Amino acid sequence: MQKSLNVLDFERSLAELDKNITAYESAASERGQDYTAVIDDLKKTRRRLLAEIFANLTPWDEVLLARKSERPYSLDYIKLIFDDFTELHGDRLSSDDQSIVCGPARLNGRSVMVVAQQKGRDLKERTLRNFGYPRPDGYRKALRVMKLAEKVGIPVVTLIDCPGADTNLGSEERGISSAIAVNLMEMSVLGTPIVACVIGEGGSGGALGIAVADRILILEHAVYSVIPPEGCAAILDTFGRDPNRKDEAAAALKLTAKSVLELGIVDEVLPEPLGGAHTNVEETADTLKAALIRHLGEIEKLPISELVDLRYEKFRRLGIYDEIPELDEPSL
Amino acid sequence: MPPENWFQKNTKFGSAPIEDKDRAAVPDGLAVKCSGCGEILFNKDFEKNLKVCSKCGHHHRMSVDERIAALFDEGTFEEINVPIRSRDFLKFPDYQDKLDKGWAKSGNNDSFRIGIGKIQGQKCVAGLSEFSFMGGSMGSVAGEKITRAIETGVRLSLPVVLVATSGGARMQEGLMSLMQMAKTAAAAARLAKARLPLFIVLTDPTTAGVMASYASLGDVLISEPGALVAFTGQRVAAQAAQGQKLPANYQTAEWRLERGHIDLVLHRKELATTLGRLLGLLYNPAVAVRPARTTARSTARAKAGVSSESSNS
Repeated sequence: MQKSLNVLDFERSLAELDKNITAYESAASERGQDYTAVIDDLKKTRRRLLAEIFANLTPWDEVLLARKSERPYSLDYIKLIFDDFTELHGDRLSSDDQSIVCGPARLNGRSVMVVAQQKGRDLKERTLRNFGYPRPDGYRKALRVMKLAEKVGIPVVTLIDCPGADTNLGSEERGISSAIAVNLMEMSVLGTPIVACVIGEGGSGGALGIAVADRILILEHAVYSVIPPEGCAAILDTFGRDPNRKDEAAAALKLTAKSVLELGIVDEVLPEPLGGAHTNVEETADTLKAALIRHLGEIEKLPISELVDLRYEKFRRLGIYDEIPELDEPSL
Repeated sequence: MPPENWFQKNTKFGSAPIEDKDRAAVPDGLAVKCSGCGEILFNKDFEKNLKVCSKCGHHHRMSVDERIAALFDEGTFEEINVPIRSRDFLKFPDYQDKLDKGWAKSGNNDSFRIGIGKIQGQKCVAGLSEFSFMGGSMGSVAGEKITRAIETGVRLSLPVVLVATSGGARMQEGLMSLMQMAKTAAAAARLAKARLPLFIVLTDPTTAGVMASYASLGDVLISEPGALVAFTGQRVAAQAAQGQKLPANYQTAEWRLERGHIDLVLHRKELATTLGRLLGLLYNPAVAVRPARTTARSTARAKAGVSSESSNS
């Protein structure tokens, strides 16, 4: 009941069932009556309904799931996946942007550098984390610790979860475009393995600013988009410049984990428990941990120079277009 | 709430092509009205002044052809034909229609063209964005052409000049257009490794995904006066400010210059001479690294794919 504000449309029927199940359960304990059969039946219905709902999620449903406030955030995973995480602060220039948390940690016993975007759950933390919109200082801090990782020869793991980069006056003044651009360039040649995982919202340039990696993973119900669907709908005549047509824009943008895998942009979709990552955080963390270890193990076998060349090729080949046969490229 | 403007329709940022706007007002096509101050300017003088208003100095948008004529020594620009064309691979509503219209108007050039030419006698690889094709937006084709321009610089050991005019990434290509930011930035890193300078000319408007990738990565950043140079467009910026007063010249070239974000704001008439001078000062062929694979290109040992222009064709 108290969660009703957070219940997504497609979860409403589940919530209704949950309410009934709870009612029968409390009635059973209060009055000592046996409702086991009814409760079992309701639970069976719930399982069936859940499977049915999750088999038919629309892209917009996926956006809502990815943004859901109960969804585990970076620090939830960091706690469950890494040991000895020690946060490092500040970009050594102007401030410490807490929408990106960074620091060394142990993954399965060995050192890695963690760079993770962090949203807040309550108002206090949301304010502290700038509602998940990283500022230039965050990207510069991230680059600073990634260079440290390169220097001491440990790999980088990035977790992506942000609606987009910050657009306020202060961020423009401190050069948000340049901060992101420099990260893209520097990450493309960083001399250490990088694995990135989109765990919630992969919000355009804000996400990409820490997502140039040798392996790019995405959780099943995370999304990765060039623009938020509301923004896309508000800007394009195609959607009547009406932000309310966000569901159409979400479908057109092909932003689901499955779609971006099909586009060849991400390397693997990591399965979530039925119902979403928030229904079993430990299980999701285990999946993510195993994937990080596996992918790092694969790319660490390569000499660094080869890895960096492969990273260039990985992004170099991204792009879909038609060849025009009738024109010949002059040889230079 | 940032990226809403990543693809902002850019017509509101500045002047629409002056001919479109004012042909009706000046029927004979002898004169145009300045979209900065409203002054009536004779076409001949206006063109001679490189589409800059002689009264208020407003820099009107140029097509790539006009830009080439203004920037390069006469007859030196040789276009590199890149025989590729945008594909509506997401089946994004209206995209094919927009492409068809764009091609009908401009041929197969999409929003970017590349070539090799001389500026004040200095040879360089160049790339120029065409605003009239879907707001200069960067999709797979523009990303590929920008990358090829930069790789051509690496291969021929030449400096690279890119003239940017773009609303940002092309959202009709979804996440693939976001990836063009990483692709072009990675190419810029290769140019840097080869010890070759990258020059960026920012013209009105350069915003969002283009500003947050290659357009910010020039060793020298030059802007035209009054150009909007921004991560977010003005409408979204005003929303984000939530009543906070924004400076009158917020996000203009001049505002950027004051903050140390760009090197120079130059009148269009000074652009070629200054660029030519800088090319001469900063291009040092003695240290420029010619990649081994350039010479080995024709040999069987050439590393397949890596940085070869034909790798993606």
